[in-house]
Amino acid sequence: MNVFHYPQNDINTDLLFPGKYTYTCSTGPEIKEHLLEDLDPSFAGAVQPGDIIIAGENFGCGSSREQPTLGLKYAGVRAVIASSFARIFYRSSINQGLLLIQSREAVDYYTEGDPVAVDPAAGEVRVGDRVFSFPSLPDEMLEILRDGGLLNHIKKQNALGDDA
Amino acid sequence: MGETFAVKVLGRAAGKKVREGEIVFIEPDYILTHDNSAAIIDKFESTVPGGRIRYPGRIAIVLDHVTPAASSKDASGHKKVREFVREQGITNFHDIGVGICHQVMPEMGLVKPGSIVVGSDSHTCTYGAFNCFATGIDRTEAAGIWITGRTWFKVPETINIELTGAFNAGVSAKDLILTIIGEVGAGGANYMAVEFNGPAVGGMRISDRMTIANMGIEMGAKIAAFPANFVTSKYYEALDLEFTGAIWSDHDAEYARTLEYDLEEIVPVIACPHQVDNVVPVKEMAGMKIDQIFLGTCTNGRVEDLKAAADILRGNKIHSGVRMLIGPASRVEYLKAMKMEILQDLVSAGAVVLPPGCGPCLGAHQGVLAPGEKCLSTANRNFKGRMGEKEAEIYLCSPETAAVSALTGKIRDPREVLK
Ligand code: SF4
Repeated sequence: MNVFHYPQNDINTDLLFPGKYTYTCSTGPEIKEHLLEDLDPSFAGAVQPGDIIIAGENFGCGSSREQPTLGLKYAGVRAVIASSFARIFYRSSINQGLLLIQSREAVDYYTEGDPVAVDPAAGEVRVGDRVFSFPSLPDEMLEILRDGGLLNHIKKQNALGDDA
Repeated sequence: MGETFAVKVLGRAAGKKVREGEIVFIEPDYILTHDNSAAIIDKFESTVPGGRIRYPGRIAIVLDHVTPAASSKDASGHKKVREFVREQGITNFHDIGVGICHQVMPEMGLVKPGSIVVGSDSHTCTYGAFNCFATGIDRTEAAGIWITGRTWFKVPETINIELTGAFNAGVSAKDLILTIIGEVGAGGANYMAVEFNGPAVGGMRISDRMTIANMGIEMGAKIAAFPANFVTSKYYEALDLEFTGAIWSDHDAEYARTLEYDLEEIVPVIACPHQVDNVVPVKEMAGMKIDQIFLGTCTNGRVEDLKAAADILRGNKIHSGVRMLIGPASRVEYLKAMKMEILQDLVSAGAVVLPPGCGPCLGAHQGVLAPGEKCLSTANRNFKGRMGEKEAEIYLCSPETAAVSALTGKIRDPREVLK
């Protein structure tokens, strides 16, 4: 498992997925090729299912484009751990079923090479030899995450005959 | 304790008293999508094959981002949207050339005071200028709302920004909002609502309110809103629409923070690469050579902005070392500028007029930069790669700064010319 560490603040959506591809790439495989292209050109080739990203404040600020969250989810990223997240990115991650963990302490504690493990059910993230807890999401949002994103959630509700 | 705008408007929509931090489920009044509708249609169709949109009357689609199409892939996307619109009976559809969605939505009367509008575009917050609770969502959520008609919001805390005084010559709304973002920071208003209050708001033009609200997202805000007053009511009168539904915070509303700005003290500023909150006085950058100037976008593409530039460029020539692109925000604004003979002035000075739409703002076509080039732009974002080339630099400024800099091909303080 890789841990990608981008300690800078305000990593924006253009760095996560360049705007010039917004109307030519919309599927997982198309997006993955350009993920983080202007931030870390080696990311797209290196990322593996189960990997973790650690970043600073206001991660995902800028555009409402969802290629970053969709692409990270498609690439199998287990979780993004950041000091804080931008609002639309945060919302979009729930919609895609991508786990975000806001823990300034965990980010500050992390040093290159530390093993990192997450346990969303317990609301815990382990960095090296320390365990940090993070506040869990409201039930409505957890349900969407558990169903694998908003549209799967809607599909499931429709199948249950629920008037979603 | 009184309530803020955000608490009141979400409470009214939810039909109950709400508190900050609470999650509420709401049926938005309008859901805006643009060229990205093509991708949203795919999501919609794979989630509910053969399904109908829950409230077709609440859907608005504006093709503006890459218009006219730059590639056959864009063209296929546009075609898919046109077919879907016909099948689903969506009447609020505006094809290429009508303008940038955030200009078109209010022009079409779809943004009403006290209403709730979401859009699959981060600058949906622009409609806060019209006392609307308006915010950006992603494509997946837009597809979800097409299907279910509803979504959720966390009731935000509010930052209050009190405005007093009046701008000096050569200073405008763009300088104010850039100054605020420079101080608050790119994430300083994250998840929060921003309210603009104070005596300077009273007579402020709609175009200025739109410039300011438009950039709320650049400090992370969920919404950036203005009260509705006589200026707002005149806008609706001109559209022959009823002016109702306005709502505003109580005098004793409790805010997370209050910031105060005296417009008189604002100076021309510029946001340097590659972050919108990297704001310095224009004076500090004066003399820097630029390759391209872009006057337009949902931030500063209205007739007031074009006029501010034309007043400076009239009878002059743009410096030969720089090219200047003009992107009118909508067909309506384009026509106004024609009628006022502003476009003649700009074109005579050597500017290139683009069709109404987003144009070079997002780097997909029209005026993409070369590596190493510097662009002075009236847009709202200067992120690395934003205009299609990551080795280019984007500097954000007011229409006035853009126009005076066009005369010399170098960054220049507009107060040198406007006194
Ligand atoms: S003009 Fe630029 S910021 Fe505005 S909607 Fe278009 S791409 Fe977005």
